[in-house]
Amino acid sequence: MNRLLYVIPLLVLVVVGGFSIAQLKQVSDGKAVNILPSVLLNREVPPFELEPIQGFSQGFGSKDLMGQVTIVNLFGSWCVACQAEHPFLMTVKEKNLVPIYGLDWREKTPDAGPKWLAKYGNPYTLIGDDPNSKAAIAFGVTGAPESFIVDQKGIIRYKQIGPITPAVWRDTLWPLIQELRKP
Amino acid sequence: MNRFFAVALMLAVLVPQFAGAVEPDEILKDPALEMRAREVGKQLRCVVCQNQSIDDSNAELAGDMRVLVRDRITAGDSNQQVIDYMVDRYGDYVLLDPPFKAATLVLWVGPAAIAGLGLLWVVLLFRRRKTASGEMELSTSGVQAEPLSDDERRRLENLLKENDA
Repeated sequence: MNRLLYVIPLLVLVVVGGFSIAQLKQVSDGKAVNILPSVLLNREVPPFELEPIQGFSQGFGSKDLMGQVTIVNLFGSWCVACQAEHPFLMTVKEKNLVPIYGLDWREKTPDAGPKWLAKYGNPYTLIGDDPNSKAAIAFGVTGAPESFIVDQKGIIRYKQIGPITPAVWRDTLWPLIQELRKP
Repeated sequence: MNRFFAVALMLAVLVPQFAGAVEPDEILKDPALEMRAREVGKQLRCVVCQNQSIDDSNAELAGDMRVLVRDRITAGDSNQQVIDYMVDRYGDYVLLDPPFKAATLVLWVGPAAIAGLGLLWVVLLFRRRKTASGEMELSTSGVQAEPLSDDERRRLENLLKENDA
């Protein structure tokens, strides 16, 4: 009993330390993408309606997402990580794999988004302008880029925080999209 | 005059702390509504900088959240309705003071439980030490111990003998 008393702090250290190391390992393995779990998962897309960005004739709203599996991708011309995922989004568009809807978030000037798309290409079916985070906050966004997979009924099925990489696409997003498309 | 400067200095030091990161153009005309907005803002976490409230943070998203809080308060929402709106989108995470429920049990009870265990450990340890050094304390603390009876003395001698053997 006496000696056990001295061992207790060590036991606490081992348990707490072990837990922390396991968590850190998850982060370093890239498995902790849902480290901030989205409360919107498996819920309907929040209602929103956005104006088009400069030079485009059509914006989009939550109703436009119905009837098909879509990706809603929040981006900004100022966002470096968005530029990193951009070539891959172009590939998705060229291969016609799934329609991507763009939320152009917090551009400093109205022409910044259109210019960026003119330079790097436009992977989006429709783009909505979100200059004061109305849609971003409705989606519970914390930073760009974030992408949501939305099913035919307008239910959010997945939230990708950070860029869509080929690995994320292959392992998670594409299998999920195919699964959702099954009747 | 000196008093005037003292008051001015006090205000200069205090006012920025009240204002936090709230931008002048965000402030509502109605002071009562603005006060409610501040109250709500102080409870909401800036989701970009995580350890600041949206009132303290100058992140752009925090600014947009402050404006949204003001829009909804002006539109007639109660403070709680505004907070519920944010929680509905960001989860409990957006609250700087997370609610007490099953998912946050460890968060709330954990530190107290660990502190309690530590205290228990220390108390047990001290008690043990005290009983071990009990006799020594008697002799040094000036308390007069009762002299041993003949019977006790005999038992003590026997014990000491046993120990030597």
